[in-house]
Amino acid sequence: MGKRSNWALPYFIFLVLFVALPLLLIVLYALRDGSGGFTLSNITRFFSDGDALNTFAVSIEVAIENTLICLLLGYPAAYILANKDLNKSAVTAILFILPMWVNALMRTLATAELFNVFGFTLGKGTLIFGMVYDYLPFMIYPIYNVLLKMDKSYGEAAADLGATPSEVFRKITLPLSKPGIFSGILMVFMPTVSTFAISEFLTNNKIKLFGTIIQENINSSMWNYGAALSFIMLVIIGLTTILLGGEDREVEGGTL
Amino acid sequence: MKKFFAQAYLWILLILLYAPIVFIAVYSFTEAKAFGSWTGFSGKLYANLLTGNITGGHGLVQAIENTLIIALVSAAVSMILGTVSAIGIFHLRGRKKKTIQFLNNIPMINPDVITGVSLFLLFVFLGFSQGYMTVILAHITFCTPYVVLSVLPRLGQLNPNIYEAALDLGATPSQALWKVLVPQLRPGMLTGFILAFTMSLDDFAVTFFTRGTIGLETLSTFIYADARRGGLTPELRPLMTLIFIIILVVLGLINTRQGKTNQQNHINL
Repeated sequence: MGKRSNWALPYFIFLVLFVALPLLLIVLYALRDGSGGFTLSNITRFFSDGDALNTFAVSIEVAIENTLICLLLGYPAAYILANKDLNKSAVTAILFILPMWVNALMRTLATAELFNVFGFTLGKGTLIFGMVYDYLPFMIYPIYNVLLKMDKSYGEAAADLGATPSEVFRKITLPLSKPGIFSGILMVFMPTVSTFAISEFLTNNKIKLFGTIIQENINSSMWNYGAALSFIMLVIIGLTTILLGGEDREVEGGTL
Repeated sequence: MKKFFAQAYLWILLILLYAPIVFIAVYSFTEAKAFGSWTGFSGKLYANLLTGNITGGHGLVQAIENTLIIALVSAAVSMILGTVSAIGIFHLRGRKKKTIQFLNNIPMINPDVITGVSLFLLFVFLGFSQGYMTVILAHITFCTPYVVLSVLPRLGQLNPNIYEAALDLGATPSQALWKVLVPQLRPGMLTGFILAFTMSLDDFAVTFFTRGTIGLETLSTFIYADARRGGLTPELRPLMTLIFIIILVVLGLINTRQGKTNQQNHINL
């Protein structure tokens, strides 16, 4: 069986070529000027670029709000779905991930149109609501998965020993579901910050998020500045991942 | 009573989540060009879609074809690459295993835009001309990790003795592979394939950055371009409705089949 481990070799080479090298290239392009010389000006330019800084701040704010709302709405849903006394059918759980099979852009456009029909002005409010629509399943699913696999006997033992239901929840269920919460946050926060297209559709081009700035620069051939902005994103991704407990955890909930 | 509120909560969330989809489905039965205006019941958009007689010309049909080809090819390659690698990773130990699992996680954590930009820079750097090939390579990059993660847990549940027994009974390693290992891994491979296929179908950002300038459109980029021009091709409404119905039926079938073969109450997709 020893030679079996060699089967991972082609994929390892593939990963180096298509995952590691491209990320390295982001750093490389971010640190080069138009003629190929080393420079830090792309990075420093961001910190004096009012438009980009402003978009960045708005993106972080929208992402925090979106993540919080998804967590507040999603945790109870995941809890109910995983609790056999409250919900017996597996079909309801599947219903929550089904909308993801309809093209995200199309769903977003329909959401924006629905807001129009009901007379809401497209802006920050509709942006947050639309984002919650798009990302809620990504929050529910990992939490649901962790709660489902959780050993119920801890909670029962605590209850037997005199803990009230709210104590059981606060001291047993909630701490044990942390890995799911962290995966959920990771899967909602980062994609929200870097969203492009969706934010324009939901706000009638009034609000751009950070992903749009990156896209605009890359598409107008400002590769070095675009790479620098992507590099800043990468740093934030790295920080968030470390903050939320290392790279071993985020896939635990099973990603969809 | 508690159960009633719990169920009510779930259904309110579901109604909100499905509202946009229902909205699309309802407005697929009217001829109005603009999404959101109703000009009487009509099945004309469905007729247009099925006969290929589409308002905006041939673009949509071409985009559907491209989307399906790209999704099928990337999902198939990802399934094979991911399964072979999962077997390899399962037998690796220590630092090597950690490294490859770390690399495998990156495409899943990275937002689409970063994956897209990084691959765009790679193709520029290597001097690849961007088009079909680069889009498929990019999709394989972000799809394969999901296959690896679907197959790996299956390997842990396998009884290695069955494979050894096959060898002892005179099977060649390749016979043992195809007749013993692959059939046992098939459910994980299928889950991986379905995940990869849907990730590819739904992708917008990565395709957007890696398709180059040859005018390659998938459904997502087509919808994006359409919306930017102001006004969606009306036939997209019946198309999305049909896709959703097909998915409902397929999932319903898989679900009832799984329900029969094992008594598992909660199904992980």
